Amino acid sequence: MGKITAEGNVEAINYEGFQLTRLDTVIGAARSNSLWPLPFATSCCGIEYMASMAPNYDIARFGMERMSFSPRQADLLIVAGTISKKLAPVLRQVYEQMSEPKWVLSVGACASSGGIFDTYSVLQGIDRVIPVDVYVPGCPPRPEQIIDGIMNIQALVKHESLRRRYSPEYKDLLDNYNIENDIDGK
Amino acid sequence: MESKLTNEQVLTALREQFGDAVGQEEQTTDHYLNVYVTAESVHAMIEWLYAHGEFKVQFLTNITGIHFPDNDEDQKMVIVYHLHSLQNNFRLRLKAYLPIENPSIHTITDIFSAANWLERETYDFFGINFVNHPNLTRILNEDSMDYFPMRKEYHLEDETRQDKDNRFFGR
Repeated sequence: MGKITAEGNVEAINYEGFQLTRLDTVIGAARSNSLWPLPFATSCCGIEYMASMAPNYDIARFGMERMSFSPRQADLLIVAGTISKKLAPVLRQVYEQMSEPKWVLSVGACASSGGIFDTYSVLQGIDRVIPVDVYVPGCPPRPEQIIDGIMNIQALVKHESLRRRYSPEYKDLLDNYNIENDIDGK
Repeated sequence: MESKLTNEQVLTALREQFGDAVGQEEQTTDHYLNVYVTAESVHAMIEWLYAHGEFKVQFLTNITGIHFPDNDEDQKMVIVYHLHSLQNNFRLRLKAYLPIENPSIHTITDIFSAANWLERETYDFFGINFVNHPNLTRILNEDSMDYFPMRKEYHLEDETRQDKDNRFFGR
């Protein structure tokens, strides 16, 4: 008989040629290591994000080789930079066009809270128009901080229920933002 | 480089042509000609400066507004035209008072095409109405904005911001 291991609460049986484990942990691991990010970069945080993509910091190591510049194939929306009020509907539309499951990383002070731009024309944090999973502080944050935020997203993805989008909490969240959702699973 | 024209020369010519419509000259540190005129005469004056054989003021640098909330009721808005004669290396500013209720002035898009977006911007931020403008809509702010943000009665800061405690900002 193969070796039985218990990792967290998951029991796995390893034997020559096969492994038994729970499907959601396999899918969670697969998802978290193959996130396709959509960079929504508007200012200096976007430059730091570009540095994170480049060979020195290389977020491709985390399974993010390909930036998805189409929201329809993206899993992770990375908002890096100041979002003006005029841009807010565009951001919201991009978020709505992404298919489930999807996560949002807010990079930097401006995206998270408006930052130094406490003014009539700037959106005071993207969480006023779309739900955010992880906030990265900094003005702008260093690539290490952005990678830390991405790893936090990966931890979320890995341990999240596959049925998150069917949960009443998630539906309530989207309803709070008045985001139309046609999820009808149980 | 020195300008071929002097402020006095242009101001005298303007006074001769337009008489009482040319008001008081304002001294500024940049020593450009800076003169208050009546709102009704602005269009004719810019047209005349454009077509003038010697002055050739044929470049529009900027149009903007100023809000003076403490002025008299019919002088609370000011519109400023920054004009430039490239051939003479001569700059001047024309300013006109407008009433805060219905600040209207004739468009100069028929003289300078560049005035189109500049006037839209001035409308966007100050609410100055340019009569006969081809498309007087907001240009920089969101379309749903229902006020003119550069007027002094509106706060510069976003009223809905929650994470700023005034005690920590010396306010």
